[in-house]
Amino acid sequence: MTAHPTELAKQQAPAAPETLVLAVDEMHCGACLRSVERAALRVPGVESARASLAAKRLAVTYDPKQAGEVDVIAALDRVGFSAAPIEAVQQDRGDARQKYLLRRVAVAGFAAMNIMLLSISVWSGEGGSMDPALVALFHWLSALIALPTVVYAGQPFFVSAFAALKGRRLNMDVPISLAIILATGMSLYQTMLNHEQVYFDAAVTLLFFLLVGRYLDETLRVRARGEAQNLLSLQSGIATVLDADGMQRKVAAHALRPGDRLLVGTGERVAADGVVREGKGQVDQSLITGETLPVGVKPGDQVYAGTLNLTQSLKIEVTAADKATLLAEIGRLMMAAEQGKARYRRLADRAAQIYAPAVHGLGLATFLGWLAFGAPWQTALTYAISVLIITCPCALALAVPAVQIAAASRLFKRGIMVKAPDGLERIAEVDMVVFDKTGTLTLGKPQLIDETAISDAELAAAASLAAASHHPYAKALVVAAERRLGAVQPASGIEETPGEGLKRKSGQGEERLGSAVWCGAGVEGSAGEESAGAEVWYRHGKDQPVRFRFADAIRPDAAETIAALKRQGYRIALLSGDRTGVVDETARATGIDDWHAELKPADKIAWLKARAKEGRKVLMAGDGLNDAPALAAAHASISPATAADISQRAADFVFQGAKLMPVVEAIKTGRRSRAMALQNFGVAAVYNAICVPLAMLGFVTPLIAAIVMSTSSILVTLNASRLAGEGRS
Amino acid sequence: MTALAWLIPAALLLAGLGLVAFLWALRSGQFDDLEGAAYRALEDEPPDDEIT
Repeated sequence: MTAHPTELAKQQAPAAPETLVLAVDEMHCGACLRSVERAALRVPGVESARASLAAKRLAVTYDPKQAGEVDVIAALDRVGFSAAPIEAVQQDRGDARQKYLLRRVAVAGFAAMNIMLLSISVWSGEGGSMDPALVALFHWLSALIALPTVVYAGQPFFVSAFAALKGRRLNMDVPISLAIILATGMSLYQTMLNHEQVYFDAAVTLLFFLLVGRYLDETLRVRARGEAQNLLSLQSGIATVLDADGMQRKVAAHALRPGDRLLVGTGERVAADGVVREGKGQVDQSLITGETLPVGVKPGDQVYAGTLNLTQSLKIEVTAADKATLLAEIGRLMMAAEQGKARYRRLADRAAQIYAPAVHGLGLATFLGWLAFGAPWQTALTYAISVLIITCPCALALAVPAVQIAAASRLFKRGIMVKAPDGLERIAEVDMVVFDKTGTLTLGKPQLIDETAISDAELAAAASLAAASHHPYAKALVVAAERRLGAVQPASGIEETPGEGLKRKSGQGEERLGSAVWCGAGVEGSAGEESAGAEVWYRHGKDQPVRFRFADAIRPDAAETIAALKRQGYRIALLSGDRTGVVDETARATGIDDWHAELKPADKIAWLKARAKEGRKVLMAGDGLNDAPALAAAHASISPATAADISQRAADFVFQGAKLMPVVEAIKTGRRSRAMALQNFGVAAVYNAICVPLAMLGFVTPLIAAIVMSTSSILVTLNASRLAGEGRS
Repeated sequence: MTALAWLIPAALLLAGLGLVAFLWALRSGQFDDLEGAAYRALEDEPPDDEIT
């Protein structure tokens, strides 16, 4: 990093640079990445800026004498990205653990390949055609590679097994560690005595497979955790405060205090909870309520942090800021709910609980049995150890991860992403499905309805005006026009009056698009306050005004999906924060009998908890920020890809597209993969039933051990890959 | 048999080189942002450390 000469002159006594990590959630493409980095580098005092698109984070080093956190956040805000600081310690911990595992995967892979090379030579020379001195050399070479590898790459298992034993528990890592250590130790002993029982290849290959599984698991987990932290950046990073003397001042959102007066411009997110003091307009509250249609606000109305101001500048008096906002409260609810879920015990751990004592018992029985038959203790010990090696849970440890990776790739091809590694296990146990309304049963976007009442010419004229606006209704109008008439030509010379509408003067008089009042349409056609919000009027000169009505459309296959779930015996419910009338209508259209309206996030959790107490295992399907805690609290959860980012993070699965069927597909795949994992346990059991008696009788040689161990692993992996290929027709 | 005297060290050395190269790539941060790297390759402008 070289600084500009004039910059250098400014830094008379350069202080130690400080590092700042920011969550920049709206960074989605290569162009965003560059503009974020460039904006940060342009701040005086910033020495380096490096953004990561995968993590949606920006790491900045800066000279604390010249620049501060606020300067960088403000610079990003100016180019249209809201950012929030992340505690760098947490970020490093996840990254470090991933690299720690990846380094060990690489080392174990290297060692496994080379030891196999030597072992295969020894096996093919078996029967005396190979010089015993050469065999000894190959064994020593294997030992030379295997010993440091086991010490280094085995650490994750040894550490975890030791911690489990210290807590008087057993986990899968206990038999793994024991088998690896014993196999290596005995092989070394046999090598020294120039004997045949050398198992270095089995030990190191096993280590490699297990590490790969562990790394994949950790990758999924780090990613999910990091994204949850990025929630913070949804809250606007920077706010404009109006001082008593009318001066404007930029302040970091977390430094706001109740009583401050904020100026929120059009298209900005509100930085704190507050009450509108001046201004009138519409805000997008979808982040908080899940309700996608804009809501009108006037002086005295409450607005929440994270909502988007759509039409006109508002002056707001802060009532709660930073950690006291509703948004922060939802984040806390979610974290609390997630901690409850962490208590879920995974299938593999439950298997280990039975498996570990059984294996250790058999080893002990072998040792005592051979002693009882008068064998010398060295022979008895060798056979006992070969029992432990042959039962080492390679197939067992692969059984679940192999299936989960196959299931995840199958779902991915169908537009469903698996977010939580154990989500597949949990969704298989579900017996009730609960839906949110807006954005889940419906598409969550306003769509033009009663289209037949509007002529092509009217639609085209209105859309060419609407193309100039970012209002959700204007966008919906353009979409409808494009679908019916093809590309829309944006008109020129348009004036926008925030909160009212658009107008344009042309040869044949004035064209207007906007509210009923704006177009002078009166209120004759509109039925009351509620539907008045969901319409736009168009008037050309003195012609009769034309009304465009909008509604949130139900997903095309919603009723079909609900029916399919009911046929399969799932109980269905609908939980919504929306008004009773609207929810009733949707419930009737989709065939749901059990529905509840006007629920707050905490109500949804309470409802889910009551079901859990009844012994029900609930799959929650939801999208809004208000659903996020409920998604985290349910036994398993799924979100559409259009959901608020935070909901996608809380969910175990995320599905794409306009259809609801993926919910059925996810449950089906979850159940299939559980069946498959159990089959794999079966394969491992059959393998053990054959091999353990052989090992107990002392018939196992290194060649047999290597062959049966890799055969069982390959069998388990092949069985799992059936899942990915299934039903491709 | 003398062939083994150099074949085995050669095999170990080559595989070892691969391992060292991978560990170096990991340490130098090439696996930090797998998505962003795809876009950085298409950048017309010089990398950060040449911008002042």
